[in-house]
Amino acid sequence: MYKIAYSEIYNLFDRIKDVITLFLPAKNDGAVSFSKYESGTRYEADALNTVRSAKDFFFPQTQNIAEFKISGKSIEILQNTEETGKFAVFGVRACDEKSFGILDRVFLSEPSDPYYNEKREKAVIITAACNYPEETCFCTAFGIDPSEPRGDVSTWVSEDFLYWKANTEKGEELTNKIADIFERCNDGEIISIKNNIKTAAEKLPFVSLNLDYWRNTGEKEIFASEKWESVYKGCLGCGTCTFVCPTCQCYDVRDFDSGKSVRKFRCWDSCMYSDFTKMAHGNPRKSQKERFRQRFMHKLKYFPENNGGIFSCVGCGRCLKSCPQSLNIIKVARSVAADD
Amino acid sequence: MRIESDIILGKVKRLVSDGKADRVFAWKKGNFCYDTEPSLFTDNYVGFTYDDFCAANLCKFMINESKKDGKTLVLIKPCDSKGLALLEKEHRINRERIYALGVPCAGKIDMDKIRENGVKGVIGIEEEKENVSCNGDENLIIKTLYGDKIIPKKSVLYDKCLSCTDKEHVGCDEVFMPELSEDTYDGKKFEGVKKIENMPSDERFSFWRSQLSKCIRCNACRNVCPVCSCVKCIFDNDNSGIASKANSDDFEENLYHIIRAFHVCGRCVDCGECSRVCPEKIPLHLLNRKYIKDIKELYGYEKEPALLTFTKSDAEPSVIYERGEKNV
Ligand code: SF4
Ligand code: SF4
Ligand code: SF4
Ligand code: SF4
Repeated sequence: MYKIAYSEIYNLFDRIKDVITLFLPAKNDGAVSFSKYESGTRYEADALNTVRSAKDFFFPQTQNIAEFKISGKSIEILQNTEETGKFAVFGVRACDEKSFGILDRVFLSEPSDPYYNEKREKAVIITAACNYPEETCFCTAFGIDPSEPRGDVSTWVSEDFLYWKANTEKGEELTNKIADIFERCNDGEIISIKNNIKTAAEKLPFVSLNLDYWRNTGEKEIFASEKWESVYKGCLGCGTCTFVCPTCQCYDVRDFDSGKSVRKFRCWDSCMYSDFTKMAHGNPRKSQKERFRQRFMHKLKYFPENNGGIFSCVGCGRCLKSCPQSLNIIKVARSVAADD
Repeated sequence: MRIESDIILGKVKRLVSDGKADRVFAWKKGNFCYDTEPSLFTDNYVGFTYDDFCAANLCKFMINESKKDGKTLVLIKPCDSKGLALLEKEHRINRERIYALGVPCAGKIDMDKIRENGVKGVIGIEEEKENVSCNGDENLIIKTLYGDKIIPKKSVLYDKCLSCTDKEHVGCDEVFMPELSEDTYDGKKFEGVKKIENMPSDERFSFWRSQLSKCIRCNACRNVCPVCSCVKCIFDNDNSGIASKANSDDFEENLYHIIRAFHVCGRCVDCGECSRVCPEKIPLHLLNRKYIKDIKELYGYEKEPALLTFTKSDAEPSVIYERGEKNV
């Protein structure tokens, strides 16, 4: 394990930047997002969650796939084989890091997705422990420990130091290139930081979130529950919850007609939308209630059913903060399970 | 004086038992003190609340509610009432099937502004009992997992509350205890627009490009807007060629906003919901308020729908062109 004085943190970023393209949470016009680090960029150390999650790096909102150029009677097909350079992302939280594993199950199971895979391989993920978890955080409900973030490198921060520990080969490789900036230290130095985080996490309001109903009740029974009728009422169908969610994974493949050519692209889709999984006869989920139900059934029932019991929520709390109507997965998980 | 949720609920219950309505659309308490959600109450009032966090405008829900048999009682704040009136004027709701109960408003609290003060782990928010001044400048005690913090209430009200010029209800069936409303206007309604008007055009262009490029096209701004009530929005229509998913270039986002702004021009009731709901904090109200300001200056209308009226003295397009020139 290594450490560096916290006051030197921008020197650390500058060093990393000289070795590899670096992204970190920074404020852009009032909203925190992962931004490319240039000298002068201010790191938003206190922001736990960026508005958009870190999934964007591997599964961007729009991904061009191919372009069809039409001239006269011939069509030229240009496949997008654009490569991503290697990059590092600093400040990924434990929940977002866990979300990559959930996305991997979708995008890397055979046949694996080449666009996703390529970006995933190029990335070095540097996580950051959460000293002050928010009231909206419930990662612990999914067995995530905010004091032990994983990734290629893990970091912890005390008042005076940033601690750095490589976990993987990719992490070691980056560490070796910048090792001279650090001081060596032993693992014992971060025990109290970790303990403080654990104590804080135990006090979070959703620490006792019980998901047994979702584990033990049959799919059909939950699907048919009358509770859906009331829990979806305030929903606008805006899809904000799905777009900010690190584990929402649905996409659409569309054509963009520019007049002279057609561009085939992949884009995020949302089960909350009227044209989601639209087929010749329309959207199989005709009402907002059905669309709303799909989101939570997917996260809490269908996904675990197909993936050895793993829920596809990491408790990041983004949907709790972003929903304009204050609906969210906690309310749904509890209300649908409630006895009354 | 404080607005008490129980007193409002008492009134609602009386109206329902008097047969004025069959169900109630209002707000429901959430997991925290601040996450109230719009909710339909049919047989009981479990969780009913009306407090400083009921910012969501309920009037648009009336499009669907008023298609049902019987009557829906809906709680309407002063700013919401303008949206309800517009929905009625545009024949988007069946007004007969709605009982609009106007409720007083002393401004609603924006959690994001509280968080901008570096507050984390909020577990409770209370109004400071001592030092309550009569001019509404009270303090909030923010209780968090990491200690308490005191923040002046005015500094964390929604922007839409700070630009709310009057607390008058329009078109409600009844207004309950309007004397409890408090003035929250900061006197700067058009300041933001003026600032942008005074920018050189390239600076203005890059301001909007940078703001609008953050847009994730979640459509929350459109879906919440009481004026965006088209049965099928052009951006949801695959055959239009501009369906919302075709954001393969971020210029598409910019176009979406410009088209939407034009469509609500002259109709926008300045309820501020679009800016409130935007997860990326894009100041959408500035687009709409520019029209509101222009319409006021050029045509003299502020509350009436300008596009429905024509007079011979109306400004000619050349006037508009010349005004634009100034800033080129
Ligand atoms: S749950 Fe909330 S964020 Fe999600 S679509 Fe509905 S209103 Fe939008
Ligand atoms: S469902 Fe909500 S809390 Fe769970 S991962 Fe998605 S955004 Fe985060
Ligand atoms: S455009 Fe915005 S401010 Fe105007 S009516 Fe719609 S939501 Fe309200
Ligand atoms: S609410 Fe904000 S992010 Fe969503 S579509 Fe509107 S401007 Fe874009």
